[in-house]
Amino acid sequence: MNAKRTKSTTRERLTVNKTYKLFIGGGFPRSESGRIFAVPGADGTPIANACLASRKDLRAAVEAARKAQSGWAGRTPYNRGQILYRIAEVSESRSSELVGELVASGMTKAAAETEVGLSIDRWVWYAGWCDKYLQVLGGANPVSGPYFNFSLVEPTGVVGVVAPDESPLLALVSRMAPALVPGNTVVALASETAPLVAITLAEILATSDVPGGVVNLLTGNRDELVPWMADHADVNSIDVSGADDDLVAEAQRRASATVKRVVRPSPEERQWASTTAESPFVIESFTETKTVWHPIGR
Amino acid sequence: MILDYEPAPESTAIVNLRDSYGLYINGEMVDAISSETIKTVNPATGEPLAEISMAGPEDVDAAVTAARAAYENVWRDMPGRDRAKYLYRIARLLAERSREFAVLETMDGGKPIRESRDVDLPIAAAHFFYYAGWADKLDYAFGGVSPKPIGVAGQIIPWNFPMLMAAWKLAPALATGNTVVLKPAETTPLTALLLTEIFDEAGLPPGVVNIVTGAGATGSAIVNHPGVDKIAFTGSTAVGKLIQSQIAGSSKRLTLELGGKAANIVFADAALDQAVEGIVNGIFFNQGHVCCAGSRLLVQEPVAEEVISRLKRRLETLRVGDPMDKNTDLGAINSAEQLAKINELVQAGLDEGATIYQPACELPETGWFHKPTLFSDVSQSNRIVQEEIFGPVLSILTFRTAEEAVDKANNTPYGLSAGVWTEKGSRILWMAQKLRAGVVWDNTFNRFDPASPFGGFNESGFGREGGRAGLLPYVELESVANGAGR
Repeated sequence: MNAKRTKSTTRERLTVNKTYKLFIGGGFPRSESGRIFAVPGADGTPIANACLASRKDLRAAVEAARKAQSGWAGRTPYNRGQILYRIAEVSESRSSELVGELVASGMTKAAAETEVGLSIDRWVWYAGWCDKYLQVLGGANPVSGPYFNFSLVEPTGVVGVVAPDESPLLALVSRMAPALVPGNTVVALASETAPLVAITLAEILATSDVPGGVVNLLTGNRDELVPWMADHADVNSIDVSGADDDLVAEAQRRASATVKRVVRPSPEERQWASTTAESPFVIESFTETKTVWHPIGR
Repeated sequence: MILDYEPAPESTAIVNLRDSYGLYINGEMVDAISSETIKTVNPATGEPLAEISMAGPEDVDAAVTAARAAYENVWRDMPGRDRAKYLYRIARLLAERSREFAVLETMDGGKPIRESRDVDLPIAAAHFFYYAGWADKLDYAFGGVSPKPIGVAGQIIPWNFPMLMAAWKLAPALATGNTVVLKPAETTPLTALLLTEIFDEAGLPPGVVNIVTGAGATGSAIVNHPGVDKIAFTGSTAVGKLIQSQIAGSSKRLTLELGGKAANIVFADAALDQAVEGIVNGIFFNQGHVCCAGSRLLVQEPVAEEVISRLKRRLETLRVGDPMDKNTDLGAINSAEQLAKINELVQAGLDEGATIYQPACELPETGWFHKPTLFSDVSQSNRIVQEEIFGPVLSILTFRTAEEAVDKANNTPYGLSAGVWTEKGSRILWMAQKLRAGVVWDNTFNRFDPASPFGGFNESGFGREGGRAGLLPYVELESVANGAGR
């Protein structure tokens, strides 16, 4: 966190500033394009540079997410729950760092503390759903015939998450966590105005037993990347929380070429700080229902 | 040996057809504003049955206006218990007039009377009965959140199961408090129009269901009408993509039930006679005009020869012909256009070097028919293996291991259904887990039930019909802060 980037006039120790990179396949590469953009702080002056991810970076992220998907979905629900809970634990121990990032991007300290606390609690809330959502959303179906019929609720696959600018940490977590619960892998695009906190979150994910590729985080320009995300045939679903109406329309139009699911949070779900933002039906929007018929006989 | 049966034709006397039909708007059959018409024909004879209106934009507008008024003034705020009673009435009346509907379905669409009588109509009535019971229990369907109707639903249904698809669309939409503008397919509009008599008999308030007939232009007018809040479409993947793209940027909700290229997977340890029956049912049910048809047979190498030989023997005994005959297994192809499409893909199979097998049955001289057809020596990239044929044409591939079967089964852009034939329980569940398909039939195929969710993965669409999951496409879920003990 680079709040101390300014030149010091006293004989303080000179700080080591962090280079903010992308998070792809468990590693932290720079953008293959070599592009960066300056991230403004509270007063508008730049506090750091972030990578301006390119279409190729997006492609690499989708590839990593696809590779990791069957492994993540194949983990036991208990294990996925433990890993999501571990993210909360590690976030808690690094909460002052997350708060610092948010304050540097212009949030008041009180608001930042609330946001970080709610984000941690949201991980905990969704962690507990990993081994429960199927009992709520799926189950046995009473068909009229000699069949045992049940519905499983399975991950859609690779989910693109477009985070909004407001609540740059909480909103991102609020959409990423429910996508991860059933075994999707995620390619997320951080808030454009406050992207640094997302990269710190990536560092938390990298040290929370989340397998490489399960979450991939890009910083960059929404208008540039979302259309490619909507086009990509290996992205099964795209959450457009952070896209404006025009970009949503374009994403929807492009998504039609692959019958991609376009998920848009309801107004209640957009109340990020409220419990209305969290629901098993948000998980359901990142799933496919699979119904299995089996004859009953001796 | 070809078995000969005496003809056992079902009588058509029970059906009273009018010469021409208007549109059902605001509880009345009205003349269309559009003067364009089309004749719907009996595909088994080529004879015209009746003249149908091709609803134009003004007609669609009138239907949407009626649906909106019924939504705001009557249906949305009606107690769930009363909506339930209307749906129960419809279910009971439909069951009561089931034979009439079945005969008309077969006349208009060409499917064997045995199927319309034993499958389409009973399940259609059951669907209304099932969702009737949800109408007054919606607050228990989605724990912790209360479901609200969306508004006016535009529903566009295909020609392969006209009555059944109407039921699948209407029942959950009405149970949840939405009103409807429904468009049946232009080649099979008659049962939907007959259904309006049941709405009248049931006393359904005017405007709750409106039926406009027509082809693609009518569908497009519904999709693009600003007064429609939700689109539910069943049909081809190509049209589904077009609809998804057309409503981009609007607040319309969408569910799509599109094409498929299902794998029917037979392991060496399967009960082979049952599997052969399942393969036949999988691909020849309703002439293969089934989005979830098992159109790719994947058979494990050790039994491939045996299965194919039993399958050929079984094909010799299939009776193809007059759909009104109660002995008929394969009826008429729904339209000349569809027959041309099937023929084109069969030719593509031949051109790509596949080996064709057809039984020595004779086809009727009138109408549109196609022999049950097997293709072997195919590769995964062949058009007949990748594209939906929507006809009685089966492509046969082989596999060695379960992993290979899964890879091949999942190797299409679709993901609607799959079948698995094996006597090994753990393998069944492993396969069911790995297959990317919305419905998996183990040791059976093409089973449907109102309580059982149906719908696809990937390019087979999104949203489910049937069961509790079938309510979700027709409701808005409003989370309640700190509700449910939070």
